[in-house]
Amino acid sequence: MSATVAMILTLAVGTYAFRLAGPLLHGRVELSPRVQELLSAGAIVLLVALLATGALTEDGGFAGWARPAGVLVGGVLAWRRAPFPVVVLAAAGATAVLRAMGVA
Amino acid sequence: MMAPLMAPLRTPLIAALVRDSALVWLASGVVGVSFGAISVAGGLPVWVPVLMSLVVYAGSAQFSAVGVLLAGGGPFAAAATGLLLNTRTAAFSLAVADVIGQGRLARFLGAHLVTDETVAFALAQPDPARRRAAFWISGLGLFAVWNLGVLAGGLAGGALGDTGAYGLDAAFPAVLAALVLPALREGPAVRRSALLGAGLALAVTPAVPAGVPVLLALAGLAVYGRGDGRRTA
Repeated sequence: MSATVAMILTLAVGTYAFRLAGPLLHGRVELSPRVQELLSAGAIVLLVALLATGALTEDGGFAGWARPAGVLVGGVLAWRRAPFPVVVLAAAGATAVLRAMGVA
Repeated sequence: MMAPLMAPLRTPLIAALVRDSALVWLASGVVGVSFGAISVAGGLPVWVPVLMSLVVYAGSAQFSAVGVLLAGGGPFAAAATGLLLNTRTAAFSLAVADVIGQGRLARFLGAHLVTDETVAFALAQPDPARRRAAFWISGLGLFAVWNLGVLAGGLAGGALGDTGAYGLDAAFPAVLAALVLPALREGPAVRRSALLGAGLALAVTPAVPAGVPVLLALAGLAVYGRGDGRRTA
């Protein structure tokens, strides 16, 4: 077995174990409503952190202006309750236009 | 597995879920194509990105692991980087455990579909039936397009050009913004926790390995206090 296959399988098994934690524990461990609420809030906190780091950073540094500008366009549209497809297409479109204009 | 649960849902609701998911599928498919193309262009055989996408099935971890491999970091560092990035899926799987379903097959299959996108889609829905439908519809479609995209990209090689030109890297944060806004709008406690968490994540990003900033964001829950008195999502 090559080292690459071992790497892929290690990553796969480890990732699947993380993902199975919730479904396996569910129903066996009684979670108080307070813990349930914290888990839901924690998921939102994680998603917002992914949103922030994904919009602004790349490889530990600033991602450039085009991407956060596009995300901002999408975010404003989402805040104004625009339909989901409009939000997503406007964000990608704004970034693509900025890049075509030479903004990194 | 899904039919009895989705039966009470009106068809227009399912159509709306498919319509909203379709854009994420499209964007993921193109990112998958770029993953396959980048891997092969870097000198890996086609089966490496294809196998990885089927069994690891986590976009950011796959890009990082292949990046480490292609940079000469070695398989151990590649696996460690990917695993670190994926630790957050443990927290996600706990949050959506009741959404996935009770049956054995549902649990084991559903676990593999836990991604940032499916969790965000599920938690954005207003009731349990819709959360479950959103998780499965977005998840199964995402798995299909991601893997087909990676295969296509691996076979096409470098013919695709620079995917950054399409602005897809802005689409994913925008998807997350659209999906978390309802929870942020309604819950002051989750809002201040998320803002503090995102600030922490951004502050430490230059200094720590990939994957760690998002995990540190959970410290934002310290200001959750007594909460909003209900499940925020």
